[in-house]
Amino acid sequence: MSAPIRKPSTDVQKDASMAKQKAMIDSNFDRLGNVKNSGEKVSYTFVPGNLNELIMCFDMVGNYPEINAIQNGLRKKSGGMIMEAEKWGHSEDVCTYVKTDIGMMRKGNIGPTGQPIPEPDILMLSYTGCYTFLKWFELLRHEYKCETAMLHVPYTGDGKITKSMVDYVVKQLKTEVIPKYEKISGVKFDIDRLRENLANSAKAEDDFVWVLESAKNKPSPIDAYFGGIYYIGPIFTAFRGTELAVDYYKTLRSEIEERIRKGQGPITPEGEMKNEKYRIVTEGPPNYTSMRDFWKMFYDEGAVVVASTYTKVGGTYDFGFRHDPSRPLESLAEYCMHCYTNRNLPERTRMLESYINDYEADGLLINSIKSCNSFAAGELMMMREVEKRTGKPAAFVETDLVDPRYFSAANVKNRLESYFQMIDQKRRAGA
Amino acid sequence: MATREEITDRCQALYDDLTFTAAREWKAAKDGRHVIGFMPMYVPRELIHAAGMMALGILGGGDNLEVIQGDAYYQSYICRIPRSTIELLLTDRLDFVDGMLFPSICDVIRNLSGMWKLLRPDVYSHYFDVPQNYDREVGGEFYIHELGVLKEDLKISGRKITDDDLRNSIALYNESRRLTRELYQFRADKPWLAPSSEVYLINRAGMLIPPEDHNQLIKDYIAAASEEDRPKRDNSRVVISGSFCEQPPLNLIKSIEMSGCYVVDDDYMLVNRWFTKEVPTDGDPLKALSYTFLEASVKMPSCFEPDEDNKGQFLVDSVRENNAEGVIFAATSFCDPALLERPILQDVLNDADIPHISFKYAENTGQMQPIREQAGTFADSIKLWS
Ligand code: SF4
Ligand code: SF4
Repeated sequence: MSAPIRKPSTDVQKDASMAKQKAMIDSNFDRLGNVKNSGEKVSYTFVPGNLNELIMCFDMVGNYPEINAIQNGLRKKSGGMIMEAEKWGHSEDVCTYVKTDIGMMRKGNIGPTGQPIPEPDILMLSYTGCYTFLKWFELLRHEYKCETAMLHVPYTGDGKITKSMVDYVVKQLKTEVIPKYEKISGVKFDIDRLRENLANSAKAEDDFVWVLESAKNKPSPIDAYFGGIYYIGPIFTAFRGTELAVDYYKTLRSEIEERIRKGQGPITPEGEMKNEKYRIVTEGPPNYTSMRDFWKMFYDEGAVVVASTYTKVGGTYDFGFRHDPSRPLESLAEYCMHCYTNRNLPERTRMLESYINDYEADGLLINSIKSCNSFAAGELMMMREVEKRTGKPAAFVETDLVDPRYFSAANVKNRLESYFQMIDQKRRAGA
Repeated sequence: MATREEITDRCQALYDDLTFTAAREWKAAKDGRHVIGFMPMYVPRELIHAAGMMALGILGGGDNLEVIQGDAYYQSYICRIPRSTIELLLTDRLDFVDGMLFPSICDVIRNLSGMWKLLRPDVYSHYFDVPQNYDREVGGEFYIHELGVLKEDLKISGRKITDDDLRNSIALYNESRRLTRELYQFRADKPWLAPSSEVYLINRAGMLIPPEDHNQLIKDYIAAASEEDRPKRDNSRVVISGSFCEQPPLNLIKSIEMSGCYVVDDDYMLVNRWFTKEVPTDGDPLKALSYTFLEASVKMPSCFEPDEDNKGQFLVDSVRENNAEGVIFAATSFCDPALLERPILQDVLNDADIPHISFKYAENTGQMQPIREQAGTFADSIKLWS
């Protein structure tokens, strides 16, 4: 029998970087809400393969529909939006991010913070690592009838990035993306400005990787999944390439350096996690509608996530990639191709295997998302492979990103408890 | 000449045969022959043919394959074609295949390409990307390069592909596409002489036998079917949309017809008629394949439509050109491309005053009654209101 599910306390503990992160994300919503006054032009785009450094060169404000869906999920608003989209003919089978977005639009396009989300002046369809993106922006274009820039990022099916792939993306930047942004914004493209932004990105990326890798410490000073979601916010969205992001990752790094010095564990919503019992690697996105409950199931058991693939959807920086101001467009192209879901399954499996080994983890947990084929199709195979290669136990839970109908707390908790027991058994057997 | 029944019986046997005997026999007939499998959507079969190989379309296991091992590889919320394909692989039904191509149709097939690499690292497999940018200098160049990579890879046949080999294969597939369109036109003109279930089987045979043989088969079928006198029913004329990948069971196709619908166009096995014009047989053949892909591909959800005004128009055109009265959206459960595209297409049809219905299926759907009732009501309402 599993223990009853206790609700997390409503007092949330935050450190300085978390507050800073929240303020940054909110400020982008403020900016979006204020375009009527500021006259800024609005560009919608996706997290994986986003071209934030480039978009900034045109003085435009970025709207990230995935982030809206996440924020609506965290605020428990997504369920109603999904139902609204289904009422308009969207299938119950498809990506719930799309439906949250369409539902929000149908309900008057009021964003998660209560401010209006302006209509797009341009849809930047960076088709990276997820097929749904293509349909998503065709759906939005159908509604808004606005300019759409398509950037086809080839999938690394054979596990490598070739020169032809880079050339293809660079040519699209030159002939499709940049001209459309110049036309919409009225701002001439300045490659030196792009270089400056890319230099900022690289600085922030160094600190970001340092933060992720700090989880190699024992105890880990961070939770690289639930906490990691906050850490990726600025670098995966409207702030990569800004001074603000550079500052944020500096602050975050010094906070974590301090925690390592003190031998402290990660900060959870209920304070510092004191007793690290299990070190887990996760594959797949989290559930956002019940994220606090989900996280609590971990920290109550002393489980900390030391590495996650989800925090690589907007770039696999820990495998060496950095934006490079000396090769601005090529570097943007390579960035897009490096994003996690743009990597083939053998590469994804290798990443997981190396996380288990390098972070001295006890095992792998897959949170499979019901409505996300990009992540989910093939995860059972990856699980078998990782188990086989590392000898560490793996577990599989099924939830959804933002559809509350698919988070069964009792099932997930049961599964996790048996999983932690399995790790205990393995340890005893190995001792 | 073979009778219509003999031809369709042959195609039915090919369809039922989940060990791909015809392809195995073709391979065994001569030393050094190779077979390359491919998943639904477009792959340049011309290149495979020019390398002396046979292109074999893998469309899942249908309703006759019991999926046991494949289910352990896929969650319940993923469509069925990848799990039945894994079942075919793990039960050695594809053990004679020398390579696999996974075209860029969706994330499921994309990830299946990686699973294949993990399960059969010793067998050639390749994710085959096609451009979503339709500029000759951009997407065209990229695609020429991709074709070049494939051409190089196909050296596993032991034969170097010359430009003339490739031109001959292009001509052969031009003929194949022309004949497939003729078959579709024949059905649209006289659907009572060419029931959809038969046209489907003929089309499906094109996935399983060499193109030379298939071209003859289409000709024979049209000749035999046009000589018959079959009763003409007062059916409604419909177009099927959304069934381009995982295939419906044959019974479903029959059920739609039995419910009072003549299917006058569909999107089953689009690869057989992917190009809407001939690929030039002069000049550089890779360029010819590339530019034709950019400029004359059929419209389907896996390909980006750059022009919003044109989005979904292909379906209205199909309805008009084939004198259809409505559209049936029949998509596989959990099929992102088909299901995400559907609301746009429905809007476009509404604007054009074209009635439509929709349902979902799986390749092993057994219960036809609800579909028959839905299609029957649709057919009746079309007659009533048109
Ligand atoms: S990656 Fe998954 S969740 Fe994100 S848009 Fe694609 S299908 Fe949806
Ligand atoms: S049926 Fe749809 S989702 Fe499934 S593999 Fe085919 S295209 Fe992809």
